[in-house]
Amino acid sequence: MPEFVVLAPIVLPLAAGVVTCVVCRYALGVAVGVAVLQLPLACWLASTVFAEGPLRYELGGWSAPLGINLHADGLASLMVGMAAVVGLGVTLYATRYFDWAQQVQRAQPPTRSYGGYERRELFWPLSLLLGASLNALFLSGDIFNLYVTLELLTLSAVALVGLAARVNALAAALRYLLIAVVASLFYLLGVALLYNIYGTLDWQRLGVLFQLDFASRSAVMLIVIGLLVKTALFPLHFWLPAAHASAPAPASALLSGLVLKASFFVVLRLWFEVFSATRMPAGGALLGWLGAAAILWGSMQAIRQRRLKLLVAYSSVAQVGYLFVGISLASNPDVAWNAWSGAVYFALSHACAKAAAFLAAGSLQLAVGGDDIDGLAGCAEHHPISVCAFALAGVGLMGLPVSGGFLAKWLLLHAAIESGRWGLAVVMVAGGLMAAVYVFRVLSRCFTPGSARPARRIPLAMQWVPLILALTSIGLGLGAIQPLRLLQVGAPFAATDVSPRTVVPGGTPETGGDVVGGEES
Amino acid sequence: MTTQLFYALCGVSLFGIGFYGMVICSHLLRKVLATNLMSSGVFLVLIATAARTSGGHPDPVPQAMVLTGVVVAVSATALALALVRRFYRETGETRLPATGVVTKED
Repeated sequence: MPEFVVLAPIVLPLAAGVVTCVVCRYALGVAVGVAVLQLPLACWLASTVFAEGPLRYELGGWSAPLGINLHADGLASLMVGMAAVVGLGVTLYATRYFDWAQQVQRAQPPTRSYGGYERRELFWPLSLLLGASLNALFLSGDIFNLYVTLELLTLSAVALVGLAARVNALAAALRYLLIAVVASLFYLLGVALLYNIYGTLDWQRLGVLFQLDFASRSAVMLIVIGLLVKTALFPLHFWLPAAHASAPAPASALLSGLVLKASFFVVLRLWFEVFSATRMPAGGALLGWLGAAAILWGSMQAIRQRRLKLLVAYSSVAQVGYLFVGISLASNPDVAWNAWSGAVYFALSHACAKAAAFLAAGSLQLAVGGDDIDGLAGCAEHHPISVCAFALAGVGLMGLPVSGGFLAKWLLLHAAIESGRWGLAVVMVAGGLMAAVYVFRVLSRCFTPGSARPARRIPLAMQWVPLILALTSIGLGLGAIQPLRLLQVGAPFAATDVSPRTVVPGGTPETGGDVVGGEES
Repeated sequence: MTTQLFYALCGVSLFGIGFYGMVICSHLLRKVLATNLMSSGVFLVLIATAARTSGGHPDPVPQAMVLTGVVVAVSATALALALVRRFYRETGETRLPATGVVTKED
């Protein structure tokens, strides 16, 4: 069943999400089982794409334009793998988080909490539906399907934010929902304009037909603005810190680690494979400046924070800036491969590192009984594994060798220096230094001797999962050759070539390629 | 001016009015209504696209997009209204707090 390899990552969590909504007793088992299954499915997809080139599949046999196409290339399969790894870690963490959070909060109720503690039985269907919509987004073949999956993602993410039984979380979830819906509508208006002009929704076909006239420029602006709001690029990031900090820890990990990468993935796809970046130098430059501003602003705000989860959330704002600096650098065809693969690799390693940071922060927050960084004194002695996980995640965020973050920053710096954009290179290095400041702020508090009050023991799963995720982020730097080789399958730039638009190995639909799993050229 | 162009301009105007309302109004229900107005505008643009064929038969693809979009909008509105109701029940306020920063007590 060759089409199963593309369908399974979508259908399995979707079916499981529906099942867990209905059958609450076995929800935990189903969720963990599906999360464990996602990993071999993602590996299977990656190996199939590596062996056979980009895959196309038409749902139900309906061909475009009426049908929905799925398209899997190297980038998509890497993203599906990232979602599988982070999703598995978060699911295992969440098996113990909600029960323990209830115990802790029963002993010491936080203020402004209303009645019910964090509702654990709702987490499983929401996380499964989030995983299903993520995979559907990564594997989408047309731009309208991208809109639908973006909306599904938003709805799951907002509900996950609202899971925390606090008024602040409710306000943050409302703000996030309203802003995300407006951003999606901007995107949809852009899609409507594009269909009006070109008569097709398939993004590969659009890439061939795209011309930069006035109407197309308007569509590009609408689409990109909508996606920038969803990815929280400075100055459109204002919704992110409250939403990511108020959510329960596993939800924050999913949001910062995966949901931001989804809209970034859409920007990446459309900017390079449809809008042909080399013809829009001004747009690329603007994205670079905004990314640089995001790095500086987010890092400065993170340094100023007194609360741990807000610090990690502002760190997300800063790291998103690196992604867009990468997009801006890749507009130059000479360094496009370095910058593009650097941005993708940054997304991968940041997903693991940020998820580890949020999960470790959640464990420490519950163990200490508060969110203040000053209250973390003595944590290195009482909760060594969680502090170690946070430190290793910080290594990934700072970009120290040999983590995946280092490799990604190396590629981006290489691209910046080779194309002569010294400003961006300086900002990227400065961002790494500022990340060191806020990570070491937290770690130095953890290592100061604390009061001898009785420490709560963090459950084993909650100690070890963040550590393993942080080690994965570092392992991405050590074992980078295979993922980078996988990334070359179906990439818009060839690894060694200098021309910007090389032939995609899988061929385009106009050559009659709607065969499953085959090389159509 | 053809009928299709008129419909498309109406759609874009609705989109703009809805966006203005979304930004200016602070009452939560008005914000939800404004997003619905924006989505109606986008759907109107899509319908105008559907009418714009040379053969005389309307194009089914934008109509399918509108139907899907309506379903998505209804779900999002339902979630928004549920959140607004819960927020009102817990705080008695119909406006979100001023800044996005989480307050001291948590």
